[in-house]
Amino acid sequence: MPLDLAESLMAADGAEQEYLWTLNFGPQHPATHTTLRLILTLDGETVVKAVPDIGFLHSGFEKLGEDLNYNQYVTVVDRMNYISPLANEIAWHHAVEKLLGIELTPRCKYIRTILAELMRIHDHLLNVGAAALDLGAFTAFLYAFYQRELIYDICETASGQRFHPSYTRVGGLMYDVNETFVDKVRAFVKDFPKTYADVSRLLTRNRIFVDRMKDIGVLSKEDAINLSCTGPIARASGVVRDLRKDEPYLAYNDFDFKVICATSGDSYARFLVRMEEMLESIKIIRAAIENLPGGPVNVDAGGKVVLPDQVATYRSIESLIQHFEIIMPNRGFHPPREEVYGATESPNGELGFYVVSDGTERAYRARTRPPSFIHFAIFPYLIVGHQISDVVVVLGSLNIIAAELDR
Amino acid sequence: MAVRLPENVVATRLDALANWVRKNSLWPMPFATACCGIELMAVGASRHDIARFGAEVMRFSPRQCDVMVVAGRVVMKMMPVLQRIWLQMPEPKWCISMGACASSGGVFDTYAVVQGVDRFMPVDVYIPGCPPRPEQILQAIIDLQEGIRRTGTLTGKEFEQRTKPGAPLPLALSVDPAAAVVAPGDFATSTRVR
Amino acid sequence: MTHETTLAVLRERLGADSFTTSEFRDNYRVIVPPARLYGVLECLKQHGGFDMLVDVTAVDYLYYPDARDRFGLIYALLNTATGERLYVKTHLNEPDLAIPSAFSLWKGADWMEREVFDMYGIVFERHPDLRRILMPEEFAAFPLRKDYPLRGRGERHNFPVLTRAEG
Repeated sequence: MPLDLAESLMAADGAEQEYLWTLNFGPQHPATHTTLRLILTLDGETVVKAVPDIGFLHSGFEKLGEDLNYNQYVTVVDRMNYISPLANEIAWHHAVEKLLGIELTPRCKYIRTILAELMRIHDHLLNVGAAALDLGAFTAFLYAFYQRELIYDICETASGQRFHPSYTRVGGLMYDVNETFVDKVRAFVKDFPKTYADVSRLLTRNRIFVDRMKDIGVLSKEDAINLSCTGPIARASGVVRDLRKDEPYLAYNDFDFKVICATSGDSYARFLVRMEEMLESIKIIRAAIENLPGGPVNVDAGGKVVLPDQVATYRSIESLIQHFEIIMPNRGFHPPREEVYGATESPNGELGFYVVSDGTERAYRARTRPPSFIHFAIFPYLIVGHQISDVVVVLGSLNIIAAELDR
Repeated sequence: MAVRLPENVVATRLDALANWVRKNSLWPMPFATACCGIELMAVGASRHDIARFGAEVMRFSPRQCDVMVVAGRVVMKMMPVLQRIWLQMPEPKWCISMGACASSGGVFDTYAVVQGVDRFMPVDVYIPGCPPRPEQILQAIIDLQEGIRRTGTLTGKEFEQRTKPGAPLPLALSVDPAAAVVAPGDFATSTRVR
Repeated sequence: MTHETTLAVLRERLGADSFTTSEFRDNYRVIVPPARLYGVLECLKQHGGFDMLVDVTAVDYLYYPDARDRFGLIYALLNTATGERLYVKTHLNEPDLAIPSAFSLWKGADWMEREVFDMYGIVFERHPDLRRILMPEEFAAFPLRKDYPLRGRGERHNFPVLTRAEG
C-alpha cells in the first residue's frame, strides 16, 4: 500500500498533527524479522501509532492445501513456521489423524514428542538469538545457532533433510529412527545445558539487555485473552494455558513438566518464559529418549492409510493394491465427509488446522490457525508510547514468522 | 572511470587487481524473505562461516552492498520492492538467486508467487535446493568469485552487453561437451575448471 | 461449564429453536442462521464464559457434494477457565454476504475478519478498518473462492523487466 494511502489511516489529532512524522519500517529492514512492514507515526522518537501492513510473503498456502493430498501437503505445511518445521508437520497430521480417527502407535507418539520438543528448543533458540542479534549481542546469536546446527543434525539423521524434513505421514512417520538418532539426542541432551548456561550468563542478568527489554511492550492478562494470544506470549502475561497439559496429545501425559508462566507481560518476561521452556523441553526429551518404546512406528497397514512394507508390497496382491491406492492421484484415503479442528502447542502458540473433507484424499479446505498472524495484530497496542528503538525489541519478543503470518 | 591507456597490459593488470579485490570482499545484501533466509543466517553463523570468503558483512543497506542474495520466495506484493532495491544498489553488482522459490517459484506454483525472480531481474548465479544446504551457498559464492575473476573489468564493461532479459547469464566458463560428463566418482570436470 | 450447560444457557436466553447442534470427534458445533449470529456470540461471551476467540474462518462450498449454501463462516471459541471449546457456524449465500463484526466482543477478531474478507469477500459490518490484508490493495478477485484458479489469472507476472543495462 503506498505511503500516501497511510496518511488517510491516521486519526485526525487536530493541532498535534503537524508535529507527527511518518516512518516506513519497510518490508526490507535491518531487523532480522523478515518481510513485514510497519508505518510508524512518530512524535520525535516516540511512537504514537503503528499500522502494520502485511502480505509480502503471502504464497497461497491454503489454496495449495486444496490441491495436494494429505501426505503431500505436509511438504508445504513445513514451510510455514520455518524455524520449527517439524512442529507444523506434527500439528497438521494431528488434525488429519483426528479427522480419520487414527490412533498412533506408542513408538510414533514418543518420537513425535521428542521431535516436537526439539523443535521447541530450536524455535526458542532462534528467537533468543535473533533478539540478542537485534540488540547487538552477536555472541549469543552464534552460540544459539551452533546448538541449532546440532538439532539440524538430529533431523537429518531421522529424515535425510536438515531443514524441511516432511517427516510425518498419516498414521506414522516416513521412516523409523535408528541407533544414531538415539545417540545424537542423548549427546544433545547432555551438552545443551552448558550452552544454555552460557547464553543465560550473557543475557539474563545483563544490565543493558534487561534495561532494553524490561517494561517494554506490556500486555495485560485481559488484553491477552481478548486479543486471542496463546503460547509463550499469553503465558508471560499470566494466562495459564498450555495445550500439552489442557488437551494432551501425543505422549505428553507420560511426562512430568511444568508450565512456565510469568505475570508482568513485558518483553523481558516473554524472554524468560522462553528460556525456561527450553529447560522443561530438555527434561521431556531426556525422559522420552530413555523410555522409547519398541514396536512399529506406523499404524497397522490394514487400516488402509499407510504404505505397506516392501516385502508385503512385492509378495501380496492386497498390499500392492493398497500401495497403488495411496500413491496414485485420485485414489487413496477415504476420510469421512466432516470438518474438524485440531490444535497442538507449537513453540509460537496454538497452531491449529481446520480441515474440511469432502471424502476424497485431498482436503476441501485446509485452514491454518496461525499464531504469528494473531500475535502481530497486537503489535499496535503494545508499541504506543515507546521509542523507535523499542520497535525491534517488541517485534523480536512476539516471534513473528513471516511465512506463518502471511501464508 | 574513463581513462585512456596506451597499452593493454597495464589495464589487464589493473583489471585483475580490481577483480581480486572485488571478489574477496563481496558484501551481500540479504533479501531474505522466507526459509532460505534462515539458511543464509546459518551460513553466517559459526559452523559454515561465510566470513572466510569476505562476505560476513551483511549490511542491510543496498547502497553499501555488492551482491544481492534473493533468499526466499518473492511474492507479487514484494516484487516491486525487490526491483527498487536492485536499482538502489550501485554498480558493480551481482545477484544470486538462492533456493528453488527465487529461481523458479519452487513448490509454490500459485496465484501470488512470482515464478522465478529472473523473469524480472538479471540473475548471475542460481542455487537450487529447498532450502539449499549452506555448503551449496558457499559453492555459489565461490562460483561467483570465479566468474568475477574471469570476466570482471575495472570499468564495469562486462555489464553493458547484457541487455536481454530472462536468459541465464554465462559465467564465461565454456566446457567441452565431452569433458562435461561427470562420471560417478570422477569430479575432475566439476565447476572448478581451470 | 460442560457442553450441556452451555447449550442450556443458550436455549434459555435465545430460545430452543434458534440453533442446531452437531458433534464430530471432540468438536461441538452450534449452527445458527446469519441473522442470529451476533446474538449467539454475545450470549456465549457474556453468559457462557467464552472469553477467547480462537479463530474466524470461512469455507466456500461451491464444489462440495450436496451443499445447500455457498459459504460457511466458522467462529472457534474457547473458555480459558474451563478449557471448553465451541464452534459457532453460520451459512451465507450470495448476494448478501454481510454479517456483523465480532470486533466489539473480541478485539482479536480484527485481523481474522479482514483475512476472511480478503480471501472470500464476506463483508463485516461495523468493523473498524475493513480492507485487504494479505493481497495488494488493488487486487480485484477473492483468491480462496473455488472459482478462482490456483495459478491465478496472470496477476503474478505483471511487472516491468529490468535488464543489466538499466541497472
